[in-house]
Amino acid sequence: MSLAAESTSGSARSLRLTALTKEFATFTAVRSLDLEVPAGTFFALLGPSGCGKTTTLRMVAGLDTPTSGTIHLGQDEITYQKPYRRPVNTVFQNYALFPHLNIHDNVAFGLRRRGVKDVDRQVQEMLALVELEAQARKKPTQMSGGQQQRVALARALINRPEVLLLDEPLGALDLKLRRGMQIELKRIQTEVGLTFVHVTHDQEEAMTMADTIAVMNGGVIEQMGSPAELYENPRTTFVANFLGQTNLMPGTVAGADSDVVRVDMHGTQVSIPADRAHTREGSGWVGIRPEKVLLAPEGEPIDAPGNHMTGGVITDVSFVGVSTQYLVRMPWGQELMAFEQNTGRRAVLAHGTKVDVSWRPEFAFLLPATQDVNAGAVEEA
Amino acid sequence: MNGVQRLGRWIGDHLVLFGGLLVVAYMFTPIAVVMLMSFNDNSRSRNIYAFRGFTLDNWTNVCGPNGMCEAVARSVGIGLAATIAATILGTLAAFALVRHSFVGRSAMNTLIFLPMASPEIVMGSSLLALFVATGNSGRLGLVTIFIAHVMFCLSFVVVTVKARLAGLDRNLEQAAMDLYASEAVTFWKVTFPLVLPGIAAAALLSFSLSFDDFIITNLNAGQTVTFPMFVWGVAQRGVPMQVNVIGTIMFLISLLIVVGNMLATRRKPAAA
Amino acid sequence: MTGRKLTGYWLILPAALWLGLFFAIPFYSLLANSLYDPEGSVLTGYHVSYRFANFADAIRDSGPELWRSLWYAGLATAICLVLGYVLAYAIAFKAGKWRNLMLVLVIAPFFTSFLVRTLSWKLILADDGFIVDTLRFVHILGEDGRLLATPVAVIAGLVYNFLPFMVLPLYASLEKIDGRLVEAAGDLYASPLRGFLKVTLPLSMPGVVAGTLLTFIPAAGDYINAQLLGSPNQRMVGNVIQDLYTDTGDFAAAGALSVTLMVIIVAAVLVYIRRAGTEELL
Repeated sequence: MSLAAESTSGSARSLRLTALTKEFATFTAVRSLDLEVPAGTFFALLGPSGCGKTTTLRMVAGLDTPTSGTIHLGQDEITYQKPYRRPVNTVFQNYALFPHLNIHDNVAFGLRRRGVKDVDRQVQEMLALVELEAQARKKPTQMSGGQQQRVALARALINRPEVLLLDEPLGALDLKLRRGMQIELKRIQTEVGLTFVHVTHDQEEAMTMADTIAVMNGGVIEQMGSPAELYENPRTTFVANFLGQTNLMPGTVAGADSDVVRVDMHGTQVSIPADRAHTREGSGWVGIRPEKVLLAPEGEPIDAPGNHMTGGVITDVSFVGVSTQYLVRMPWGQELMAFEQNTGRRAVLAHGTKVDVSWRPEFAFLLPATQDVNAGAVEEA
Repeated sequence: MNGVQRLGRWIGDHLVLFGGLLVVAYMFTPIAVVMLMSFNDNSRSRNIYAFRGFTLDNWTNVCGPNGMCEAVARSVGIGLAATIAATILGTLAAFALVRHSFVGRSAMNTLIFLPMASPEIVMGSSLLALFVATGNSGRLGLVTIFIAHVMFCLSFVVVTVKARLAGLDRNLEQAAMDLYASEAVTFWKVTFPLVLPGIAAAALLSFSLSFDDFIITNLNAGQTVTFPMFVWGVAQRGVPMQVNVIGTIMFLISLLIVVGNMLATRRKPAAA
Repeated sequence: MTGRKLTGYWLILPAALWLGLFFAIPFYSLLANSLYDPEGSVLTGYHVSYRFANFADAIRDSGPELWRSLWYAGLATAICLVLGYVLAYAIAFKAGKWRNLMLVLVIAPFFTSFLVRTLSWKLILADDGFIVDTLRFVHILGEDGRLLATPVAVIAGLVYNFLPFMVLPLYASLEKIDGRLVEAAGDLYASPLRGFLKVTLPLSMPGVVAGTLLTFIPAAGDYINAQLLGSPNQRMVGNVIQDLYTDTGDFAAAGALSVTLMVIIVAAVLVYIRRAGTEELL
């Protein structure tokens, strides 16, 4: 068992899921999932509820048994290993703190089960890390949600698991506390250098913390990559809609070469870089993020050489402080979103103003028309 | 809002509470009388229907009435034995019903519900019929009382423990398994301590049901006399005031347990 | 079959055996009793003669007691429902910080001997007691009117003894009701009374059903209250059965009467549950 020795010596191992499938009586939660999480990364599984992300997490923890497929930690297969034999710990969605034990005993639970010496000192150190040293003798019910969350984290982290699983760990916290905990979690992960696998339905949370995000939908991974990659160059309408907001406009491919794909949109030709065009023929959806859309009153110059469309009318103006969000009705009837920073360069445009619309070609992307234009859009919280 | 309306509102808001307090008073009047009568000086009169004067004699000479303390001791013994047996059997059954699937589970649920929905007189006669039919009519006594008491306590134990167990968050056990506790360790470190209050409540209920039972016991006791049977016997002739002392002691002990338990469970969330 | 699958059977087995042997099978013995030849006695022994006439005899001989039991138990249950509802409602919605104390007060009588408490009612309702004196003074009772040995005393005793069985299930179902639902009803133009009738009451129906059953069934079989607080004119079916066993040793009649009582109760409960069930849907 040289591999076990390797794990205790602290050299981290990657987590690998191969063709992992989980079928329940009436539906398939996870379909032949392949995934590799490199050691030491902060990995997020992002998706709407029911997409299979929690089931995936529970299979890694050993709380659910896969129907087929394997789970490896480095070279060791752990697919059917009991949860208490895996070097994997979980921060549960509602924390699952033991109500009959105080904070100290909750955090010490895992160490005591493994017969570790020196439990008290380690617990104190861990409580110091999450800034709860003074609360060690309290019962979980006496603590606030944020404090409970940190106890749950400490209780899992103290075991120095090779993989720490976090199941919607911030879901029960209010928005302000959640922001603070996101930064805290990221700091702790960097500090301890463990592999974190984080399950969430909150795209902002995933993008804030994770090095790599896998977007899950209907039991499969739609796309995986860094937050910027997913946001800037989504490969499916689901990813485009689920991560932030997006404008998807119908168009027909007019021609393609090695660098760009040209698309005809209601008479106007726009070009899309070849590496952002996920179809090269037929019809498709031209995507552009609202903050990349530039506006100018009709006929005035827009300082961006790019795709230019005329004939828009502003139908809604929402001033939200840092930016102004416009809805612009285009000649073909569709309303486009356009977000403009409030730099003060220009007064807010009034409802009904006729405008021209433009964007830089390198920001646009092209998706096949076979995909559902509304996929992933309803979930927005 | 004028004064009349305000008064009307106040009455409306508090009417139900007043009604509730009146009902509580109704429930407590007899207990107050029991407590009062435990200090009744009844030495000069056989008439128990009046308070004759204050005395501590009933308390200092509790075991005065012939056979009463023996009956109390017998009832306590039966109560403890039946409670232990019913609590163990009922707890096991509750785990089976909540945590395991087996053929006949819904039939079992019905079988457990039925004793609670049967009149005592019918259960008592049935059991007597069984004992007579199996030729045990001569052996009625402690054992048959024990059998009967375990039988009717069992359902209450199952229901009480089941409720506690069903309310237990399964995530807690999964969290324990995730934190290196094997199935057995998880049970003893997490499941059992969390179900324990339910088991304790069930045991308390069992004991009081057993201690208090008259109708079923009376049919299956043979010559054995339990405390309720003693009270029944003296009720025909003239009740010694010491009976009220026993009633008062029981009330105080149970109040102590219930209040103590309430304070213990309330302290934790109250500080949150 | 795996070990895990067998665990359930092992856990349920002791309880199942106990209830089977000492609850279910005795019913069979009781049924056999009810078909005994009535000529038998403790001394000469009994034998099953399939004498169904035992039932006719039982109903003929004890019809008044049977009828009185159902009538008293029904009335006591109705009074318990009203009193219990008021109390449970007060605890659930009006008691505030006194809620736990009031709950303890409801549970506490449970733990004090049933017989001793019933005897104390005998004291309270005594002929020269405070209540009788007062009622005589305001001429509700006549000059030498009394409460003891009247149906009033027996029913009051039944109400008293089984009230906790009504209050606890009612409280359990009332407590679960979200107070905002009643507020929402008020917001939607329901008067407090209509809000109660249309929201609170229907939602508390499970408690009402459980409470009435837990009160009615034991009350119908009870004979302690009739014996201690009543006179021979208030004898209930329980008294008759008890006497048939202990005084006359007439197992056949006792069995037949027990079975009759059980059948009537089961039928009443089934009809009641069915009706209550449909009302709940309205």
